Amino acid sequence: MSAAADRPIATGRSATGMPTGRLAVWWIIASEIVIFGGLLGSYVMHRLAHDAFAEQAAHTNTWIGAFNTFVLLTSSLFAVQAHKASDEGDGKKAARLLYYTMAGGVIFLVVKAFEWTTEIQAGYTIASNTFWSFYYTAAGIHAAHVIAGVIIMGIVAQTAKKNLELQRVELIGLYWHFVDVVWIFLFPLLYIAK
Amino acid sequence: MVVQHADPAHEHGDHHATQSWVKKYLLSTDHKIICFQYMFTGMTLAIVAGFFSYVFRMQMAFPGMNVPGWGLVTPSDYNMLVTNHGAIMIFWVAMPVLIAAFGNYLIPLMIGADDMVFPKINRLSYQIFLLSVVVLFASFFVDGGGFGGAWTMYPPLMAKAEYNLTGAGSSVFLLAVALEFVAFLLGGINFVTTAMNARAPGMKLYDIPIVVWMIVIASILFMASVGPLIAGAVMMLFDQQLGTAFFDPNRGGDPILWQHLFWFFGHPEVYVVLLPAIGIVAEIITVFSRKKLFAYKTVLNTAIGTGILSFTVWAHHQFVAGIDPRMANIFTVTTLIISIPIAEMMFVYVATLYGGSITLSTPMLWALGFIGTFLIGGVTGIFLGASGADIYLHDTYFVLAHFHYTFFPIAIIGTYAGLTFWFPKMFGKEMNETLGKIHFWGTFISFNCIFIPLFFTGMLGDHRRIFDYTNFPELTTPMLENLRAFATLSLIVMLGFQLVFVYNFVTSLLWGKKAEINPWRANTLEWTTASPPPHGNWPVLPTVYRGPYEYSVPGRKDDFWPQDAKG
Repeated sequence: MSAAADRPIATGRSATGMPTGRLAVWWIIASEIVIFGGLLGSYVMHRLAHDAFAEQAAHTNTWIGAFNTFVLLTSSLFAVQAHKASDEGDGKKAARLLYYTMAGGVIFLVVKAFEWTTEIQAGYTIASNTFWSFYYTAAGIHAAHVIAGVIIMGIVAQTAKKNLELQRVELIGLYWHFVDVVWIFLFPLLYIAK
Repeated sequence: MVVQHADPAHEHGDHHATQSWVKKYLLSTDHKIICFQYMFTGMTLAIVAGFFSYVFRMQMAFPGMNVPGWGLVTPSDYNMLVTNHGAIMIFWVAMPVLIAAFGNYLIPLMIGADDMVFPKINRLSYQIFLLSVVVLFASFFVDGGGFGGAWTMYPPLMAKAEYNLTGAGSSVFLLAVALEFVAFLLGGINFVTTAMNARAPGMKLYDIPIVVWMIVIASILFMASVGPLIAGAVMMLFDQQLGTAFFDPNRGGDPILWQHLFWFFGHPEVYVVLLPAIGIVAEIITVFSRKKLFAYKTVLNTAIGTGILSFTVWAHHQFVAGIDPRMANIFTVTTLIISIPIAEMMFVYVATLYGGSITLSTPMLWALGFIGTFLIGGVTGIFLGASGADIYLHDTYFVLAHFHYTFFPIAIIGTYAGLTFWFPKMFGKEMNETLGKIHFWGTFISFNCIFIPLFFTGMLGDHRRIFDYTNFPELTTPMLENLRAFATLSLIVMLGFQLVFVYNFVTSLLWGKKAEINPWRANTLEWTTASPPPHGNWPVLPTVYRGPYEYSVPGRKDDFWPQDAKG
């Protein structure tokens, strides 16, 4: 526990009653909400002003989007179970469940790569028109969050396996749910509203 | 509800006695060292931006002259200089010094903690900030030179290389700004969680010094407003590099969208830097009036109210951009409303001064100077907030003078106030008061001599984007030329007076009188530990028994009552 011993006393304090790590993750999520809020707000305003968007949106593949939604939601279920395991002090089980969550994230990205390749081959690139620009930008920023989440989850799982820093399992879970929720907004906006 | 989980067995100790220079000053996780890193980086950048202002002001006053230290100012030089002067002063001077440096130094010391809650993230925040400085400097030297489309980066000038002629420079500039945002998001989350969670036992919400509240509110404002601009920056970068058309009306985009995204951040940003400066002034005024802050809760609630209101005024920057006039009316009303809470804070400070036993020390002079100059900045803002008057005054030197009457008090006067006030604590030495006062009066008078003439040139029609007035016969009257030359000479005088500060700073640091623990006889917790505070701040972390502003309490021998004193 040498890492914990180096920590300032301040880190262990909790005047609000909420552990500092959880508080910080909520603030990170708050700042992320406005990033996606600005992007999706711009998208919705454009969409309302341009009827041509609907024609373009008709070319997105709803089934692939739905499959990815299913994959991401399932991975969130594993994240919840990992949190439960860490609460019970079972770091090994928590780490295993985190690996399942990561697998969900990887499947999501592979499907996404396949989908994008198909779209680009069909001639719909980021510069085709504003709908496709938003499509690739919004989903791309989201995918960057998925990649970051998978990497951080791998690091958390490594320590959780040794029964260390188990509170981190909950924190990365919070973040993962947020990434999920962003997709819940993206899926109808990009794939369903045609 | 206050829950205290700190383990008392750990409330001691300094296990970092011997460290190498690199570890201690470059890779430190100590909040005080990170404060110095931010502060000295910010001050270095202030010298760069000050030099830029000297060069373009010389071109304004004496068009076509060979500026000593630069040479002939070409139109693209001029654009690059004004753009980067603005961007540097806001993003790389005001923010790192006022929020990051003072926030880092004051938050743990004023709430009685041994460090920030996330010291490594704190260090990472500075490292990313330093990287953003390097990237910014790189943008000056790429093909085509530094970006020159104003710090607001409006498309299509920003988006299209064929218009700005600095294709590489504008992308690198955008990257530098984005990195700077990342640094301050990391820093801000640290500030907010530290102030929320790491307070000393006994410190209730209303026992937190106002300056800490202000920095926390500012950090939250930044977090809540910068997101859309981050998204906008990605979109802009794609417009530049990948051929998208988010901001190109010919291909279905909308250039006004950028203005909305930018000013949705840009206007709260004014309050992001204003609030810490107002907080610094509150601390100084109470100490040097020996009086309790008049209406602590009013100041706090007013600051929160200002923060919320600041999200509803952004389109007053866009009155001439073709927004719906009915919309302009709404933004005129909200803009005029926001002057009320700020006026309220000014009145609270005057009420605090009233009847106090005032000492006109150097920090107090700066604090009073802040109130006076910011007042002029606020009052001239009323003209610009009214959409009718703004249509005439928009993009003239009147706007520029108004802006500098708000930002100079914030970024320069506020910083000097804080620096002269906390210098004894930061460095354990006292500054020379006589030199401090010479520096104050020299800066204060010459600042007014720069910008009062510019209000008049603006009203007479000087447009801020004109590089050489000799092309405009109606703007080359002797009166306008004299006013411009007077402003430029005043700028040179003001920059000259900063040498007094540098001299005072360096000599005080090296040979100054050793400072006591509490030279100003102040109440807040940072004055209860050694000057400078050791690693870990206190041998035993303090406990708090009362609010921060108990000065001249009747029946007490001393006219101050430290927050950690039991009786």
